[in-house]
This record gives sequence, C-alpha cells and structure tokens, in this order.
Amino acid sequence: MSNVKIKIENLYKIFGHNAKGLTSEVKEGLDKDELLAKHNHVLGLDNINIDIEEQSIQVIMGLSGSGKSTLIRHINRLIEPTEGVVMVDNQDVTKLNKNELLEFRRNRTGMVFQRFGLFPHQNIVDNVQLGLSIKGVDKSESNETAMFWIDKVGLNGFEYKFPNQLSGGMQQRVGLARALANDPDILLMDEAFSALDPLIRSDMQDQLLELQKNLKKTIVFITHDLDEALKLGDRIAILNGGKLVQDGKPEDILLSPADEYVTNFVKDVNRTKVLKIKTIMKDSIQSGSDCPKVAMDSNIESCLPLFLDGESVLSVTDDEKNIVGSVSREEVANILKRY
Amino acid sequence: MNFTEFFTAFPEMSKSGLRAFKKTVDGAYRQFSREYGDAIEAVFDPVLFFLIWFEKLLQNSPWIVVLIVFLALIYFGSRSIYLTIGSFIAFIFIGYFGMWEDTMSTVSIIGVCTFLSIGFGIPIGILMSGSDRARASISPILDIMQTMPSFVYLIPVVMLLGIGKIPGLLAVVIYAIPPIIRLTDLGIREVDKEVLEAAEAFGANRSQKLFRVQLPLALPTIFAGINQTIMMALAMVVIASMIGVKGLGQPVLKAIANQYFTMGLLNGLAIVVLAIIFDRVSQSFGKRLQQHRQGSHE
Ligand SMILES: Nc1ncnc2c1ncn2[C@@H]1O[C@H](COP(=O)(O)OP(=O)(O)O)[C@@H](O)[C@H]1O
Ligand SMILES: [Mg+2]
Repeated sequence: MSNVKIKIENLYKIFGHNAKGLTSEVKEGLDKDELLAKHNHVLGLDNINIDIEEQSIQVIMGLSGSGKSTLIRHINRLIEPTEGVVMVDNQDVTKLNKNELLEFRRNRTGMVFQRFGLFPHQNIVDNVQLGLSIKGVDKSESNETAMFWIDKVGLNGFEYKFPNQLSGGMQQRVGLARALANDPDILLMDEAFSALDPLIRSDMQDQLLELQKNLKKTIVFITHDLDEALKLGDRIAILNGGKLVQDGKPEDILLSPADEYVTNFVKDVNRTKVLKIKTIMKDSIQSGSDCPKVAMDSNIESCLPLFLDGESVLSVTDDEKNIVGSVSREEVANILKRY
Repeated sequence: MNFTEFFTAFPEMSKSGLRAFKKTVDGAYRQFSREYGDAIEAVFDPVLFFLIWFEKLLQNSPWIVVLIVFLALIYFGSRSIYLTIGSFIAFIFIGYFGMWEDTMSTVSIIGVCTFLSIGFGIPIGILMSGSDRARASISPILDIMQTMPSFVYLIPVVMLLGIGKIPGLLAVVIYAIPPIIRLTDLGIREVDKEVLEAAEAFGANRSQKLFRVQLPLALPTIFAGINQTIMMALAMVVIASMIGVKGLGQPVLKAIANQYFTMGLLNGLAIVVLAIIFDRVSQSFGKRLQQHRQGSHE
C-alpha cells in the first residue's frame, strides 16, 4: 500500500451568508433539502472524509448537483471550506496564507476543466505555458516545455493555432498539456471528458491511462459516467446531496453497492464485461485437474463459453501463465443473478 | 391652512424660506470657489498645457503633413481604403470651406477628452467590476452624469473655473466618460468564468488575472465604450463652445444667433464628418481586436 497523498477530513461546505452559523444544524442531521427549505442555504458538502492514495486515480461520481465540483475545488482551495481539513502531504491547505496558496497552486496542482477553460486570445503554445509564465519561468525554457507537452498529447502542427480553430477533443488535449506542463503532483480533472463525443472521449481516456503509466500523478477525476469511472478509477467515490455515500474499488461498488442510489448507478452495467476474473477468483488451486485456463486479467465474460460447454471449474493464470487460483461456475452464476 | 387648500395647492416651502435656502447654498459655494478656485485650477494646469500644445501642434504644422498623418492613422485603424479615400475628400472639403483651423481645435479637444476618459474611465470600470458594492454606488452617479442637463453642471464649473478651455473640457469629460466606465465593468463581468477560474487554478494573482485574462477578454467591449465616448464628446462640442471652447461649435453658435444658415450647415456637416470617421475607424479597430474569438473555424 502506498501513501495517502490527499486526506480530507470532516469537510463541510455551506453556500450562503450565514454558512458558519448553520454548520451545527447540519451536523445534527439537517440534510440538503431541509437546509434549503428552512434557511435558504445550499449544502454543498456534508462531512466528507476521504483518503486519496499517492499515484492513484481517484474517481468522484455523482449526479449533477451532488457536490463533485465543490469537492474537487477544495483540494486547490478555489472554494473556501466552511469547516474541515484538507491535508496534502501532511500540509493543511485550508491553513495556507494568500501567498502560500498561490505557490501551492503554481507548483502542486494542475486542473483540467469541463469546458476546457482555454484562453481564447492566446495561441496553443501560450495556452500550454500558462502555469509556467504565471510562475515567471524563463520564456525560452517554458516554450520548450510547452512544445514537449504539445507533442506528447499529439498536437504537433497546431502550436500557433488559436483554441477556437481546434475541435473539442483537441482543445481538451491542450487543457491536459497545460496542466501537465506545470509538472504538478496532483491533477484535478472536473468532468474533463464529459463534453467530448464518445469516440474521442474513449481515445482521451486511453491517452490519460497511457500517460499515467509513466507520470504516476495523483489524479482526482470527476465524472458522472460509470463506464468512464470503471475504466479509469483505482477507486471510486460516490456523492449524493453533498454526502459521500460510498468509496471503494470499482468491484466493491459493483458487487456491493452501499445504498439504493449507488445501486441505481450501477444497475445498467454489464458486470461480466467490466469485472476482471481476478476480482472473483478463489486462491485454492484445483490440484491435479487439467481444467481449462483463463487469464486473471481478462473479464468474466470470457469464461462464459467454457461454462456453457459444461466445465464447472476453471484455472486462473497470471501473466506468466502460472496457475494462481480457480473460478467456479457457481461464483459466476452468483454475479449474473444480481442483475 | 384649511382642508381644501391642502389638496388644490401643493404645500410648498415659503417664498422667503426658499430664497434663503438658495442664497445659503450659492453663498457657500461662492465662498468655496473663491477659496479653492485657484488651487483647483492649478490641478488642471498640466491638462491645459497639454491641450494647448496639442492644439497648436495640429494648427501650426503644415496642413498637408497633418492630413497625411490623419489618413495614415485612419488607414491603419480601419484597414479600409474606401474610408481613407472618403476621409481625404472630406478633409479637402473642410479645408476648402475654411474650417481647417476650427476642425483642428475640435479634434484636439476630442482627443484630449477621450484620452482623459480612458485614463480615468478604465480604472473606475475595473474597480466597479470588482465589487457589487462599488457598482451599486457608482452606477447612480453615472446615471446622473448622463441625464442631468449639461447646462446645470456647467454652472458650478464656470463659477469655479470661469469661462475657458478647462471648464469646457470638464463638461465634455463628465458627459462622455460614463459609457467607457460602464462597458469596462460589463466587459470584465462578462469574461468566461471558467477561463478566469483556470487562471486562478494555476496560481494567478490579482494583477495577473486582470492583465492576462480580464482586460484582454474585455477589450472588444471596452472598445465599444471608447467608441461611444468619442461620439458623446463630439455631441458636446457645441455646448462646450458656449463656455469658451474653440472649435467647430463656435461658428455653429454664431450661426444660430445670427441666422447664418449656410455657415451653420457647413460647420454642422464638418462635425458629422468627424463623427463618422471616428466611429468607423474605432469600430473596425475594435472588430479586429476580437477576430480570433469569432475567427474562422477550420
Ligand atoms: N457558488 C455557489 N453558490 C450557491 N450554491 C452553489 C454554488 N456553487 C455550487 N452550489 C450548489 O452546490 C451544489 C453542488 O454543486 P456542484 O459541486 O457544482 O455539483 P456537481 O459538480 O456535482 O454538479 C449544487 O446544489 C449547487 O447548486
Ligand atoms: Mg460539476
């Protein structure tokens, strides 16, 4: 297990002029609708506690208005908390003074926005070096860095175009390059791919995963799309009405949803496609048998034909083709029955 | 006072009371202007100096040089050869009918007024965009500046500074500055929230946000304000000439007083021509500023 990079503790956010005065009532159990009806204040976040691991992709999911954007903006303090602690590497972000906060944003975090947030009056190179020029990095050096990242995200030839001359997918590559050019250790992505067409979106997801293999950033990724969450997330946190209702590995979310809200989220997912065999296999090795083998990283769907052929147990192999466990017909049937 | 009288005649202040009230206010103001008039006038000395220098420069340089400079500015501002040719013809007409000198006076006062309006208007607009409270307190003042008949605020200005260029300049600036303030405020407030948030997320401080995002993105709107400011300054030329500002307004006034129809018409037309040129040039310049925004999508 690696370290906790971002630790959010007892975080509350209430929008309205008397936010502080109303926290006690929220702590006593007043929910979002009640707070709005009774005091005309909006409950943004209600006692959020979450640990985000270093170098992992933490997905945050929830319906529109559930507080996803509010939560991610507490990590770089674009939004001031009403109460609570946001620790990044054992430093409380909520306690930073004005200049420390600017430095923190300049060096530690990068952000990618849903509608890209590019500067329409600057060309792509200048857009990508935004963070560097804000920091006052030497022009030729920042230019070079920008060019490197433009190349990395596959935008060579577009350096001197303006954002509105690029398609949505390309604009978001600029957004990604801009965030990466700063070399932050934390990447905050607020519905970064939500505005893109499905095919381009899938491309961008692949590209992000590819980049992440080498970069090993701590990524907080917001989405309201479960497929995207399952594809990208090492862990998935689910928000409802400002409350964190579940936080776990993708398979935890799929196999044991915490409540009805989460169940509704996951009910349309084809589990046999999403779940890997390793998430349901047993360590017990079927000794001496010569039952068919399946790879632990393939999805459950791939063993269905074998079971339909009459097999009752399959051996599971790792990358080196060693047998590491087994999976039985009953276990798979159990997963299927929960539809 | 009996009951019916209350409804037929408005219960007004007594005549003597009103007289005393006016007397006190006027007296106090007269006292104030006697004491501080000179000091306030001194504040405006640099402006006056600049205005006179600029006017003399335009009037004393060979007309052909001035004309070439004007046409060059018009061309680089508008990038329109038609407008440049049209302006050339218009200036020839102005000069031929003996209005060159007055036109130079008018151009110089409009130039200085625009310069002052930009210099004060943009910072005030920025201030206004930054806080709703500032906006709530400045906005009504702008309303007053625009709707109060200009003669009314000419009175205290003349009492304070007498007749001359500076009071005229003040009158023009007071009348012409509101659009640029309002449109600077509007332009900054209209800046895409996500773009501004992006700058903030990357650690931009206040002035970086202002100069890298807010002002550049508001520029086309600010330019619309500058355009309106110039137009309103031109509209004030005739009124300003009543308190001693030289230029195309004075012959118009003379024409009104003496019923010189042709003289009024010619000078009026010269003002119109200047207005059209200023308007077209600043508009197409403003349009070019925002080209990259609506620019062609490949
Ligand atoms: N500045 C604000 N003032 C008042 N309410 C806000 C503000 N920002 C967000 N909210 C409210 O907080 C809730 C969570 O918003 P948000 O975090 O944007 O949701 P999401 O990103 O999940 O769609 C919503 O009910 C929203 O209306
Ligand atoms: Mg959101």
